Amino acid sequence: MSVVFDILASAGLWAAVLRIATPLILGTLGALLCERSGVLNLGIEGIMTFGAMIGWLAVYNGADLWTGLLVAALSGGVFGLLHAGLTVTLGLSQHVSGLGVTLFASSFSYYVFRLLVPVAGTPPTIEPFQPIDVPMLSSLPFVGPALFTQTPPTYAAIFLALALAYVIFRTPLGLAIRMTGENPHAAEAQGINPMAVRYGAVVAGSALMGVGGAFLTLSAFNSFFPTMVQGRGWICIALVVFASWRPGRALLGALLFALFDSFQLRLQTRLSGVVPYQIFLMIPYLLSIAALALMARRARVPQALMQPYRRGER
Amino acid sequence: MRFERREHRSLALVIATPVLAVLCALALAGVLIAIAGAPVMEAYWRILVGAFGSRLSATETLTRASPLILTGLAAAVAFRARLWNIGGEGQFYLGAIAVAAASSQLLGGLPAAVQIPLLLVTGAAAGIVLLLVPLWLRLRFSVDEVVTTLLLNFVAVLFVSMLIDSILKDPMAFGWPQSQPVADAAVLPKLLSRSRLHLGLIIAAMLAVLVHLVQSRTVFGMQARAAGLNPAGAVFAGVPLGRTLVTVACISGGLAGLAGALEVMGVQGYVTTDLSPGYGYSGIVVAMLANLNPLGVVLAALFTAVMFVGADGMSRSMGIPSYIADVTVALSLISMLTGVFFTQYRISR
Repeated sequence: MSVVFDILASAGLWAAVLRIATPLILGTLGALLCERSGVLNLGIEGIMTFGAMIGWLAVYNGADLWTGLLVAALSGGVFGLLHAGLTVTLGLSQHVSGLGVTLFASSFSYYVFRLLVPVAGTPPTIEPFQPIDVPMLSSLPFVGPALFTQTPPTYAAIFLALALAYVIFRTPLGLAIRMTGENPHAAEAQGINPMAVRYGAVVAGSALMGVGGAFLTLSAFNSFFPTMVQGRGWICIALVVFASWRPGRALLGALLFALFDSFQLRLQTRLSGVVPYQIFLMIPYLLSIAALALMARRARVPQALMQPYRRGER
Repeated sequence: MRFERREHRSLALVIATPVLAVLCALALAGVLIAIAGAPVMEAYWRILVGAFGSRLSATETLTRASPLILTGLAAAVAFRARLWNIGGEGQFYLGAIAVAAASSQLLGGLPAAVQIPLLLVTGAAAGIVLLLVPLWLRLRFSVDEVVTTLLLNFVAVLFVSMLIDSILKDPMAFGWPQSQPVADAAVLPKLLSRSRLHLGLIIAAMLAVLVHLVQSRTVFGMQARAAGLNPAGAVFAGVPLGRTLVTVACISGGLAGLAGALEVMGVQGYVTTDLSPGYGYSGIVVAMLANLNPLGVVLAALFTAVMFVGADGMSRSMGIPSYIADVTVALSLISMLTGVFFTQYRISR
């Protein structure tokens, strides 16, 4: 037990929680926004991969870090446009279209990376985002180094979660998005264009996914390598269900998830040799499945999720 | 612009769709090759040569097609019943490791005629178990099986990695994490000498015919189709939905597990964590390209194998990253989805 307490009492753990949570927060918010409008976006895994690659590539070629994030967001939006074209305009199966987008986006990012970055023994690196100490707060004992010495995108992600909660529940735009996700026919009767709302939500949500991916290469690490997203996208899809489609709970879910993850990383070094490391690596995936089983029945699913909308057709 | 449902679909259109989809994907991938600064037609010519140019490359293409037929069938059977089994990759690995474990630890002494069938059943069973978990979660807790099967892929590969790093580790492999090899009696006979082509291709092709017959000629095939088209309607018509889905899952998971088993017994002889270059995921594309038709799966698997084997050769000689094969395959999935839509709908003003 003292091992557990030791780990929980270290400020390093809590600093790592926020760092690990950031891509999950951004990805989950993106997936949540899409699903609130009625579109499941399984392109997330590929979009995050592409965002990680293109953001890194932009910075590697001389752009500054914020431009890198912007490029990742734009590329995410373009893939979102593709997904929306397939699922909203054509009304195709959202499952299969999303997987198609993931397969395309990830293989395309490997292709571009291999083409533009020569093979080298050690992967080329960039200078990533540096932690910013929040004035005053960062000098607080324990809490300071744990919570207030993060890189700028982490603060931005937390702010975005709160902003998205405000937009979805407190603005006419959010009402339109929620209505489209619950009942697009009723939304149309109110003068809302469900197609336009879904396009907007999927493009904006996919842009967030792209930024989430870029955080991995521009802040958490400093280089890109294939398969680095490692199923984080799928975990985000599970977190949306866990969060019951609410941005605030998505933030909490991602933080809770990151707490488990950084806890197991530290436990892993303490217990190396006793327990195979693969067991620890399985935990995030098993945890996501457990969270789904726990919450799937209780969660309030948007009623029109995965139902294509065709004008004049029931 | 509106879309209007077609009254009937002409057979010519249905057959032309995958061909057009593949041509469209090749054209788009051609743009990427051109951007990379290589002559497009020569690149495609090299892909063809790389896939069929010699006896070695032709047999290699067929060897690659065998697991793709099986993972393609696994996806096609499941998707027809709207069971979204995206876990083919994990089921492949579990089938592979089950065979390596059973042959090296338990059944190694048995003669080939007994051991090979037993191992094939073992591999299929392992795949089935891995798919029954998400199906149970769906039926019991209404958890979407897409996400759970996807997540279980990672768990399965880590599980295999753990086994080949500990109890199943081959002490003769100079410290590399790889499983103990299967017994000599478990190695599948070769179809051609001096090649890697093995009995698995025949088994895969026969299973494609069998699945086609089951789907088109049996009550179960009809019930599975009904369960996919309209679950509520199927229940109303007396289809036992749960039982049908369990049977579908057994066929689908079994086929993917079998793919892994055959790959170990026919090609590699032992298990590593890079046994599959994404056969499970490519199987989804194969199934969609075939429009979920089991016989079409054989052709679609062949196309995919040609792209992968051919692109390897083309990549070596022209310096285009071999990922172009993955890009083309993914693009053909997207084109195919769009193409199938236009066989069902027409544009009207």
